[in-house]
Amino acid sequence: MTAGTEIAFAFSPRRVAAMMLRYWYLLRSSWPRLIELVYWPTVQMFTWGFLQYYIAQNAGFFARASGTFIGAVLLWDILFRGQLGFSISFLEEMWARNMGNLMMSPLRPFEFITALMVMSVVRLSIGVIPVTLLAFAFFGFNLYGFGLALVAFFLNLMLTSWAVGIFVSGLVLRNGLGAENLAWSIMFLFMPLTCVYYPVATLPTWLQPVAWALPPTYVFEGMRTLLIDHTFRPDLMLDALGLNAVFFAAGTFGFLKLLQSARRHGSLMQTGE
Amino acid sequence: MPAAPAIEADRLVKIYKTVPAVDGVSFAVAPGSITGLLGGNGAGKTTTIAMIMGLIAPTAGRVSVLGAEMPRQRYRVLQRMNFESPYVEMPMRLTVRQNLTVFGMLYGVPDLAGRIEELGEALDLTDLLDRQTGKLSAGQKTRVSLAKSLINSPELLLLDEPTASLDPDTADWVRARLERYRRDRNATVLLASHNMTEVERLCERVIIMKRGRIEDDDTPQRLLTRYGRRTLEEVFLDVARGRGELREAAQ
Repeated sequence: MTAGTEIAFAFSPRRVAAMMLRYWYLLRSSWPRLIELVYWPTVQMFTWGFLQYYIAQNAGFFARASGTFIGAVLLWDILFRGQLGFSISFLEEMWARNMGNLMMSPLRPFEFITALMVMSVVRLSIGVIPVTLLAFAFFGFNLYGFGLALVAFFLNLMLTSWAVGIFVSGLVLRNGLGAENLAWSIMFLFMPLTCVYYPVATLPTWLQPVAWALPPTYVFEGMRTLLIDHTFRPDLMLDALGLNAVFFAAGTFGFLKLLQSARRHGSLMQTGE
Repeated sequence: MPAAPAIEADRLVKIYKTVPAVDGVSFAVAPGSITGLLGGNGAGKTTTIAMIMGLIAPTAGRVSVLGAEMPRQRYRVLQRMNFESPYVEMPMRLTVRQNLTVFGMLYGVPDLAGRIEELGEALDLTDLLDRQTGKLSAGQKTRVSLAKSLINSPELLLLDEPTASLDPDTADWVRARLERYRRDRNATVLLASHNMTEVERLCERVIIMKRGRIEDDDTPQRLLTRYGRRTLEEVFLDVARGRGELREAAQ
């Protein structure tokens, strides 16, 4: 490793704290931003909660599988809002035309990414914790009843959301705000493939290997096993963790390459469309 | 032995696809000096400054800043430099104090609260420190950007059109502050501008760019003498319209 590379990889918690403070100031300054964090998870949870309530009255299986829909929607929100929380903090810099200031400052890419990851957890907590309480109050669904399994689910979902968020941020950095839509929509590609609301066996046989190549599939399968069979499958979580390591490394590598390419193409100065 | 240059560009080239934005530019900037980079739209000033800052990688050639190769060794020197550009803004929803706090932390400024108060006084921002940046006038925003660019007391200050969109009075006020900063800190300043009055007043050396190349490079006084003109604006027009080349050919 050269001296230059060592300096590039030097890590300063102070600079990470500076970026977190920047996003915290921003969140605090805008009540619509705070409301927006809670609004969609609440709407989703109620929609699926009432659907589950209706089906449970009419079908034995769903009565047994009590909570799979609400559990799935809450875990899906961790995955989706985790990535969105990461990407929106990043997009705030593009919208504010502040990226040049940051790229010209001593802030290292890994410090920037770390701040975005921490902020995604903060945003997620503001958005999802109240909704989990509402789920308990209205439908008697206690997400925290998952216990240690919830920690494994959460960790795996966050790792995937960060990996995708990091890669999408690289795309936006390289291609400008024209690529912004990807930040909002890319996770929906995961929705049918990771089998959020149904078992992997539901998919056509040829599509199942694709599903098993995605870490969240293991989490949603694990959640159903826990709710229906009352069994926690650590093997599924370890498989997800292994895949997440690959996703995270690939996302980070992609981000660094796209940043390099942005430097070559002059995109860091022109962060518009 | 003369001091090493603060900036040294050597046959710097930047080509976007097939279009050369900067085409073989070489110059050195002495420490403690104010140098103006003059040129019309598309002359390559902003691209040159962006390569000096490490935001754009050169297609060919090299540029070193305070002894560090850019962009490869940028983290060695980013703490000692700063910039201001109309192409980059400060986050609008944050107050001036919040913005300066964030950037001060990024640059590791000691006694940050004290430094913010000091800059507030120096740039007449004290009453604006707790106002949202987005709600300030264009002139006030420029002063905030200037405060950000001075937050780490940089040895090297890169300014891209620092007084663009300012009224003459505010522009003059900003120039006076820049002059004072350079004098007090013995800082090096590289200034890209369209504004001839500004360049004439601030710069002891002027580099004139046209279509990505350096057309001329001298002190303002020597440029005026050589072109037989009374103002830099006339010199600039001569260069822009190719009269400099005609004059040289005639001579």
